[in-house]
Amino acid sequence: MSKKKYVIIGNSAAAIGAVEGIRQVDKQGEIAIITDEPHHTYSRPLISYLLQGKVTRDSMKYRPDGFYTDNNCEIIHGTANKIEPQMKQVILKNGERVTYEKLLVATGSRAFIPPVFEKLDNKYSFMTIDDAVKLDKAISEDSRILIIGAGLIGLKCAEGILERVKSVTVADIAPRILSAVLEEESAVIIQTHLESKGVQFRLSSEITDFENYDVVVIAAGVRPNVELLQGVAEIGRGVVVNEKSETSATDIFAAGDCTETVDITTGERKIMALLPNAYMQGEAAGINMSSCEKIKVFDKAIPMNAAGFFGLHVITAGSYSGEVYIKKTDETYKKLFYSDNKLNGFILIGNVDKAGIYTSLIREKTPLDSIDFELVCERPGLMAFAKEERLIKLGEAK
Amino acid sequence: MKRVYVNEKWCLGCHLCEYYCAFAGFLERGENDMARALKTSKIKPRINIEEKDGVSFAVSCRHCREPLCVKGCITGALSTFDGVITINGDKCVGCYTCILCCPYGAISPSETGAVQKCELCVKTIGGTPACVKGCPNNAIVFEERG
Repeated sequence: MSKKKYVIIGNSAAAIGAVEGIRQVDKQGEIAIITDEPHHTYSRPLISYLLQGKVTRDSMKYRPDGFYTDNNCEIIHGTANKIEPQMKQVILKNGERVTYEKLLVATGSRAFIPPVFEKLDNKYSFMTIDDAVKLDKAISEDSRILIIGAGLIGLKCAEGILERVKSVTVADIAPRILSAVLEEESAVIIQTHLESKGVQFRLSSEITDFENYDVVVIAAGVRPNVELLQGVAEIGRGVVVNEKSETSATDIFAAGDCTETVDITTGERKIMALLPNAYMQGEAAGINMSSCEKIKVFDKAIPMNAAGFFGLHVITAGSYSGEVYIKKTDETYKKLFYSDNKLNGFILIGNVDKAGIYTSLIREKTPLDSIDFELVCERPGLMAFAKEERLIKLGEAK
Repeated sequence: MKRVYVNEKWCLGCHLCEYYCAFAGFLERGENDMARALKTSKIKPRINIEEKDGVSFAVSCRHCREPLCVKGCITGALSTFDGVITINGDKCVGCYTCILCCPYGAISPSETGAVQKCELCVKTIGGTPACVKGCPNNAIVFEERG
C-alpha cells in the first residue's frame, strides 16, 4: 500500500492541468497518477494526425519527457477499480491500495458503441492511441471504410485515413454532419468541401449493409467514465462538480470529460468534452486540492471548437440563439448570434482571424452597447472597445 | 518581466513595426537588407496595427500570466518559459484552438501550417524586440510594468 498526498486517476489534459495547478501552490507534496494506458501523457486529438503521418508517437506527447520527474509524480500503471471514501483509498484491479489526502477523478470518457453494432467483428473505436494503432494495422489501400458518426471524431478520422484507403464513407442518423457543432447551412459547406476531397456521406440513414465495408469505425459519441464515483458522489449525466472542481464527496475532486459543468451561454449543466475546458478545470482542481487560502474557480465554461478539414478551418463557440449577423463570401462564412445586449455564439469558416475576440465577448458577457458592435461584427479587434477599456487591455497585461 | 507595450497616442500608423517584425527572422538568418528580404513578398508579421478614423495602435501577444492559449493548446506546442509564451512549430498541428482562445487576437496562422505569435524576439535578435527598436516615435516600448 502506498500513501500519497495527491492521487490523480487519469493521465490526460485534466490530470496534467491538475499537476500543474498543484505545483503552482505546493512544490513538495507527493503526487501519484494512476493510469491504465501504458503511455507518456499524449494529446488524444492528435490520433488522426498520427494516421495521416503528420505527427509521430514522440511528437504527440502532451508534455516533455521529463514532465513526471520534474513535477515529482509517481506513475502507477493499473486500473482503478473502487474508491473507498471512508478509508480515503483507491483500490486497483490487482488489489493494490493507494491512500490519498486529496483525490482527483479525471477518468475522461469512452467510445459509445450502440447495441446494434456490438456483434460486428471488424469494428474499431477512435479515442486512444491504442485505437489508432489497431486501426492503422487494419487498413490498406484496398480497404473500404465505413465511419459511423459524422461528428468531429468521425470526420477527423476520415481526414486521417482518406489517402491511405480505397474509400471512406461517413454515415450518420442525423440529416447533417457535425450536428452538435454546426447548423444546417454551415454544415453543408464543410460537407461539400469534404466531398470534393473524396469523402462520401450517407446521412439520415441507418446502415445495415456492413458486408460492403472492410473496416467499420464507430464514432457515435462518447460516454463519461463515472462508474468509480457511483454511490460515492453525486452523478448526473457526468460527475457533478462545483466551480472549484469539488464533487459532493469530501476531498474528492473531478475534472474533464467525466464531469458535467454549467455552460454559461445557456445556464444548462452539460458535458462539454473539450480539451481547453478539461485543462482549466483540472488546473483549478489542482490549486484547490493543494491550498486552503488560494481559491481558483473555473466558472467560464463554454462550448467551443476549432478544427480544420483538408485545410478548411472552422471555429465555433457558445450557443446559436438570438438575432443573427451573417456574412458570406465564396471562401468564408461568418455568423454571429446575439440577444439581451450580449454575444451568445458564433460560427466562422475559412477566415478565422482573431476569433478569440468573439470568444472573449461571450466569456466575459461584455455588454454590446459598451463596444462598437457594428465594427466588431465586420472586423474583430480591440478597436471596437472604448478607449479606456483598450488602454487597460494593452497597457497592463494581466 | 519586460513586455511590449503600446501607446496609441504616439502611434503614427506607419506599420514599420510590422516590417521590422517580419524582418527579425531574416536578420537572424544573416539577411540584413530589408528591401531584399521583404519587398516582393506579402509580409506576415506577429505584431499588427489596428486603425480606424485616425486612431491606430499595434497589437502583439501580451504574454499573459494566465495564458488561455497555453492552457487551451491541445498539443503542448505553446508553453511559457521565464514568462515568455513561445510556440514550438514542430509540435503545432495548426488546429487554431489558440486563435479561438486568445482574447487579443494576437495569434495568427503562418505559412508553415503552424501558428505564429510574438515571442519577444527571444528566438530572433534577442534583447530589445525589433518592433520596439524600429518604432520611429517610441509608441512601442519594452519595459517592466509589474
